[in-house]
Amino acid sequence: MRTVLIILRKEFRQIFRDRMMIPIIFIMPFVQTLVLVYAATLELKDTSITVVDLDRSDYSRNLISKFNASPFFKVNFQDYNYSNIEDDILKENTKSVIIIPDNFEKDIRNSIPVNLQMNINAIDGQSASLISIYVNQILAGFVKEKILHPTVLSQGQMPVSFNVKSRFLYNEELNFKHFMLPGILVILISMISIFLTALNLVKEKEKGTMEQINVTPIQKWQFLTGKMLPFMIIGIFELALGLTIGILMFDLPFEGSVLTLFVFALVYLFAGIGMGLLISDFASTQQQAMFTIFFFFLILILMSGIFTSVESMPDWAQTVNKINPLYYFMRILRSVILKGSTIADLIQEFLALVIMGVTIMSVAVWRYRKTN
Amino acid sequence: MAEIEIYNLCKNYGDVKALDNLCLSVEKNGFYGLIGPDGAGKTSLMRIITSLILPDSGEISVGGLDPVKDYKKLRLKLGYMPGKFSLYPDLSVEENLRFFAGVFGTTINENYHLIKSIYSQIEPFKNRRAGKLSGGMKQKLALCCALIHKPEILILDEPTTGVDAVSRREFWDMLNEIRSYGITILVSTPYMEEAVLCDTVSLLFKGKVVESGTPKEITSRYSSTIYSVKTDNIPLALKVLRNIPGLMSVNSFGQNIHLVFKDENHSEQEITNFLTANNILDAELSRIKAGIEDSFIDYILKENKN
Repeated sequence: MRTVLIILRKEFRQIFRDRMMIPIIFIMPFVQTLVLVYAATLELKDTSITVVDLDRSDYSRNLISKFNASPFFKVNFQDYNYSNIEDDILKENTKSVIIIPDNFEKDIRNSIPVNLQMNINAIDGQSASLISIYVNQILAGFVKEKILHPTVLSQGQMPVSFNVKSRFLYNEELNFKHFMLPGILVILISMISIFLTALNLVKEKEKGTMEQINVTPIQKWQFLTGKMLPFMIIGIFELALGLTIGILMFDLPFEGSVLTLFVFALVYLFAGIGMGLLISDFASTQQQAMFTIFFFFLILILMSGIFTSVESMPDWAQTVNKINPLYYFMRILRSVILKGSTIADLIQEFLALVIMGVTIMSVAVWRYRKTN
Repeated sequence: MAEIEIYNLCKNYGDVKALDNLCLSVEKNGFYGLIGPDGAGKTSLMRIITSLILPDSGEISVGGLDPVKDYKKLRLKLGYMPGKFSLYPDLSVEENLRFFAGVFGTTINENYHLIKSIYSQIEPFKNRRAGKLSGGMKQKLALCCALIHKPEILILDEPTTGVDAVSRREFWDMLNEIRSYGITILVSTPYMEEAVLCDTVSLLFKGKVVESGTPKEITSRYSSTIYSVKTDNIPLALKVLRNIPGLMSVNSFGQNIHLVFKDENHSEQEITNFLTANNILDAELSRIKAGIEDSFIDYILKENKN
């Protein structure tokens, strides 16, 4: 035990003496939560759209005002001239052009089907489909008001309409930031555990200091404990810091218990640090370790469901995710933070992480050789 | 029984034979030097002795222990200074020393007497990061760290490589002092003039001990007479002497050229005449005793001819 303490003291001394470590530990959580949460957002806000009104009637003006009233759009109003449509979209002056045809009001009043044209810049497919959805929502509201409204209907006709009211559970306002923040925390903690552990261990090999350690009576378990414990502690600290930022700056609701979250975090850190150790087993320079981790990390993080729903991924991807610790931790963090899930609710995820953590760590420790 | 006893030790890296049936024996409290060119197997041998790598075959006993089976006990008895500086550059002098004392379960104070004369030289810089020390100071710190747990055997792998001449001299004085505490020393060096300071020397070549004995013994085994030629124009003299009849070898050593013939039927007069005939007039000629380097070059030349 004394030896472990001596190694721990040395590790912390080196970590805090490293010029890059203090920024990594204290600045990274701020940058990641404050910048990435906004940058990675899928929300539409004040998207600039153009409406070409060829009708210039009460109805068309009413529709335009509905677009303008929506928080999603800002209408650059344009009448007759629609020769520049393509050009405007090409130059990114507008995201979408909607054309209200001639006789718009007249046709509606006479119950003649009306065609509206909508052009959307689909370079970014995701926001294009969101624009389309929101435009259709506004149109639906307009249709309900003007067409299905009893005064517009001729006598004898009865409007058939369903009034569906949705309630969004666990994230009532569909606040995208509340969805992204737990995801960013997963990135943060994964980076601390996988990257820092691997780089720290490979550094000893690269600098040759391992050679001197190996002629001392330090045993493998003592050395590895002393190496990994600091990143466990730093990882937990980072989670606490990131959560605090989320709660203070983004009003992140915290429904679950802090204890549950930290139990999960410890299990996940164990697996993450195991991955770091495993990579350090095979890498002999920090550069090799860095590139290897980057390769795997990108795949694992994109598959984890940070941006997209895992359920809509192809079957093979879902199968691969069964052995992706980041996938489980992503689910866990979101469920615990937004839904208040307990360990009992997430027992499958918990067991999966425990099994993976123990497996990865066992292989990594078994493969680990102090000598080359 | 000798402190380090090695018999028929082999170590291969793929097809390369790093150690080839190597035999060696270091007496207790001996001061044993290993010399040999790069790739002779010096580092491999030391890493096997210090339990860092495993031998392929052969018998080895260090301090009465087997480095393969009893490595845990052995590590307490051994001090090792690797060829490359391998202390923590981001820890200070004192922190490095305290760390290594700590992991050996001892303290700086407990064994301070052992390192006092060395450590006192770097103590003024004890708060400086080890990475910022000069080559000579790094080497002194590494020696302190290898000694702080009071080892019985000290193994040093080319400790003076890349260190200035004055520091090198100082360092060997330190080794002599360490030896006076009863510690057995095994040191490797590429510098011939250092090897003669040991009491036993082995020449290592292609993974084998090719000569072994006291520096005197080795040089006396060297049969041929050596003529030393001192001249201002070494390049020209070298070129000329390569064509002297009956030549075995000619090499330059600093200011001198060492000349060896295949047999003893040559005289100083003959050489002087030959040099004069080739327009080298300032040559001073003398017969000298062979140095370790002569013996070594002699061996390698014979080896290459076979």
